[in-house]
Amino acid sequence: MQVLYGRHHVRVFRFGLRLVRDEQVAEDLISEVFLDVWRQAGKFEGRSAVTTWLLAITRFKALSALRRRKDVGLDDETANAIEDTSDDPEVVVQKKDTSDALRKCLTSLSPEHREIVDLVYYHEKSVEEVAEIVGIPENTVKTRLFYARKKLAELLKAAGIERGWP
Amino acid sequence: MMAVSKKMLDQEPSEIELLLPFHAAGTLNARDTRRVDEALANDPDLARQYAVIREEFAETIHLNESLGAPSVRAMQKLFAAIDGEPVRKPSLSTNISAWISEFFAKLSPRTLAWSASLGAVLLLLQAGVIGAVLMKNQTASFQTASLSMNDPSAPITRDLRGAAPPRALVRFTPDARFADITALLDNYQASIVDGAKGGMFQLQFGNRAMNKDEVAGLIARLQAEKIVNLAVATP
Repeated sequence: MQVLYGRHHVRVFRFGLRLVRDEQVAEDLISEVFLDVWRQAGKFEGRSAVTTWLLAITRFKALSALRRRKDVGLDDETANAIEDTSDDPEVVVQKKDTSDALRKCLTSLSPEHREIVDLVYYHEKSVEEVAEIVGIPENTVKTRLFYARKKLAELLKAAGIERGWP
Repeated sequence: MMAVSKKMLDQEPSEIELLLPFHAAGTLNARDTRRVDEALANDPDLARQYAVIREEFAETIHLNESLGAPSVRAMQKLFAAIDGEPVRKPSLSTNISAWISEFFAKLSPRTLAWSASLGAVLLLLQAGVIGAVLMKNQTASFQTASLSMNDPSAPITRDLRGAAPPRALVRFTPDARFADITALLDNYQASIVDGAKGGMFQLQFGNRAMNKDEVAGLIARLQAEKIVNLAVATP
């Protein structure tokens, strides 16, 4: 378990943090994820990569945590306030830094779009693996990523950054 | 090929466009990678879009890497929770099967092949030994009519008549009385099976087969009878 934890905990933490946007919650998440792994090790059939299995559990735990947070009174207004901690695109554009603006806009994506961008670009998951983690058809994986990128382009355009696409 | 990319976002994306991010991340299979490579080489618009994707790809990695790592608290919490878990005893069958799997997994293919050959030879030897022991100690509840393993003198060939009682041609002395002959037949549990041909009667003795020695003894005893002139065993 120590080896597994040592090898994957950072990846799990970052994926969870991008979903829940709270370091404390993300840290709690990884404990829960690896505890579940320890309990269910016998159920892992080896048909998919360990990271795919871990990320699928992390996603499930993150969504549960978000649901719990909502249940304890986090209304939409408060949630929006949390998202607003990052600079909005208009502020970003003033930085005249495309890379920075891109990162800010990546942060501003919806959770659905964030997770698919992260899974494909950062966690380097294939179409099939993303489908398994998120629980959607493979074609939906491709189109969802396309529309996430489209949204990203819109955010950047609103921030005054043109990249040549679309 | 220019038609592959879609300049208008309102339009449905082409299949190749959908694959571009996965190509950038290197997660496409060989066939799709080749398709995307060919499309990129022939479509400048698609190549521009791909350059944008490479930027997104790099910044996504940068963003995630900047998130840092969890504190030690997370690990402590995890292992405290594991320590608090009840001890699980894996089932015996799981243990044994896991041990067997592990054992064979450790062997190299060459060792595995030699082991399999040796196993096959041992199996044949074992079968031979078991067969020999069974043949030696056979106490069968039945016995073939033509072969008696306990009687080396018994004929090995099959007797088409079955286990027939012995027969003999007997000539009685001219002074033998009918009563004497009847008494002899009673004594030997014999019966006349064929009439007097050339002064000889064919007698059958008892109702069970006899071995060679028994038949010889029987003939000798007959020969010694006062009223018997000649006794010859017949097949």
